[in-house]
Amino acid sequence: MSQFRLVKRDNTTTMQHMMVRVIAILIAFGISSLLLVFTKSSPLQAFYNLLVEPFQYRSGPIEIVKLTTSLSVISLGIAFAFKMKFWNIGAEGQILLGAIGAMFVARSFPTLSSSILLPFMLLGSFVFGALWGLLPAFFKAKFGTNETLFTLMMNYIALNIVKTLESGPWKDPKSFQNTIAALPDNARIPSIFTEIPWSLLNAGFIIAIILTIFSYYYINHTKSGYELSVVGESESTARYAGMNVFAIVIRTMIISAGVCGIAGFIQVAGNNSTLSSGVAGGLGFTAIITTWLSKLNMFMIPVVSFFFAIIAIGKDGLVTIGVPSAAAEAIQGIILFCILGCEFFLRYKIGFEKNSDEKVSKVRSAS
Amino acid sequence: MKFLINDFIPYFLLAVGYGIPILYGTLGGILAEKAGNINLGIEGMMLMGAAAGFLVSLSTENVIYGLLAAIVAGGFGALIYAFLTVSLKANQIVTGLSLTIFGAGITRFLLNLNKEVVRIPNSVQKYLKPVLSDVMGIGGLDDSIFKIFDLSLLVYLAFLIAIVLHFYLNHTRYGLNLRAVGENLAAADAAGINVNLYKYVHVVLGGALCGLGGAYLSMYYIPIKTEDVVHGNGWIAVALVIFVSWKPLRAIVGSLLFGSLALLGKSLQTGVSMSPYLLDMLPFIVTILVLIITSVKMSKENAQPKSCGVNFDREER
Repeated sequence: MSQFRLVKRDNTTTMQHMMVRVIAILIAFGISSLLLVFTKSSPLQAFYNLLVEPFQYRSGPIEIVKLTTSLSVISLGIAFAFKMKFWNIGAEGQILLGAIGAMFVARSFPTLSSSILLPFMLLGSFVFGALWGLLPAFFKAKFGTNETLFTLMMNYIALNIVKTLESGPWKDPKSFQNTIAALPDNARIPSIFTEIPWSLLNAGFIIAIILTIFSYYYINHTKSGYELSVVGESESTARYAGMNVFAIVIRTMIISAGVCGIAGFIQVAGNNSTLSSGVAGGLGFTAIITTWLSKLNMFMIPVVSFFFAIIAIGKDGLVTIGVPSAAAEAIQGIILFCILGCEFFLRYKIGFEKNSDEKVSKVRSAS
Repeated sequence: MKFLINDFIPYFLLAVGYGIPILYGTLGGILAEKAGNINLGIEGMMLMGAAAGFLVSLSTENVIYGLLAAIVAGGFGALIYAFLTVSLKANQIVTGLSLTIFGAGITRFLLNLNKEVVRIPNSVQKYLKPVLSDVMGIGGLDDSIFKIFDLSLLVYLAFLIAIVLHFYLNHTRYGLNLRAVGENLAAADAAGINVNLYKYVHVVLGGALCGLGGAYLSMYYIPIKTEDVVHGNGWIAVALVIFVSWKPLRAIVGSLLFGSLALLGKSLQTGVSMSPYLLDMLPFIVTILVLIITSVKMSKENAQPKSCGVNFDREER
């Protein structure tokens, strides 16, 4: 009787990591094809529309860069919390609050010139987002309150705050619908390009690049970054080493939620023209995936975000061949399942062996 | 008495209507967490169950097939989760979230394959509607205190499952073993319990319950094609698992409490001149308060099963 056993791998090469990811994505596309059998279109055509077509029309690449920007910024924010094993799934709400903060500043000082107003809007979005993250962080650090659910519930509250603002205090008096008036030009992130179509691209992506470098430096080369990693590995180790866990949790969540808030600023003042309840639009949840897939490596985050941005932009192209655009979300889910599953093979290797009497001490898995 | 019949009972019945899907989700969540697995995919499994129940009962016009499809769909979602977390030892939180994303995507995909606005036929619905009034003759219960029992069969089924689960967890050997798995994986394994099997079975059963909760929504409560018929109920269920401290009987009370709370928000909207959206926040604010209160005064007895979030690995001890 032959049995298989699991052996832990000690170290894996970058090459192996890449290989496993690629294989996982291929498997995911295979499974996704089965899904497309429900429709009358061929899977190849669907993948073409999903992944290639967005690059072919004029504004496609711009939309992709915009989305990559927002997703990257949010993912960077989430990565801080995840590194600490603080499951912040409240990015959606933190984006909304950041957007409110930016909007609040812009509405309070409408006459300022943009070189002064925009930095203050950025600051406002950071502060509002951070405050939204501070609440769950405080209770987590103080009482061990479940942060996953706490941050999640904060999303729904944030959404309803935006809806309230839309329908009442900030409602555009000229509009019949519940919308907020568009921001004036001095409160919009300008473009750094002059020629069409790239002049349609706002400079938000520069914020994303700066934040990526900052995050990498903070996590890998500062004492605070080191401390939050230790708390993530083991809270008791951190305590034993004399670290102030409470302060570390609070500090990290201020950065995490604040950075998500900045994404709200980029959304209202750059990618959209005003605050609306759809300003986060599920980005906060997609970013949880991109964060995880990039293994909390700050430079991988933009890469993974780019891939997901293509899928998100390309999904509209599915409708033309009779595939509901929601297929893109299902495919995202399948990709994620496959990558989560395949990571197993990076941590373990499976050895087959004949009757293993002499290796009783080794691990045998019955399942 | 008049107050009881005219005001309290209708209110109670509506609250039950709101609370039942949450109860199914909560019971499913309790089963998974008792086996040491936090499943954040409840929302996704409920959505999958809702879509499967809706589409199958629509095409077969058979209520049993519809409910079975919902159970299978919910169970299937849980099976993916169990395979990834139990066999492949993937992170439970991320896997659960992926399950919710996948469930929402696949549900909208399947429902949008056909653009028509469709609703569940009466031939299916009549089995799910409250039947007591009909049995007693038309309007036979209108001004009687017994009207309080006039509920959908799916409501009674949920109560029954909660009671059965209570006995299963507390008074059977399997239940005891399950709790051992949830509390201490290594000890359970050493005692000869097949840890992985227990995890698989209970996570999948939990998913099946979530699927039923979805079917309650899509086949009976909102029997017209709706993309997001679950609408956050699954997440409230995740929170309620903690609120009721992993006890199935308390889950009944908890879900009714949440049902009446959601209802309170809705009924206040008509009376008070404030933004309706502020009142929509109520259930979520209460959930947060509940989380805080339970964490502040967490007793050992009412704590989360200790191995929750930890994947079993014999080598690591």
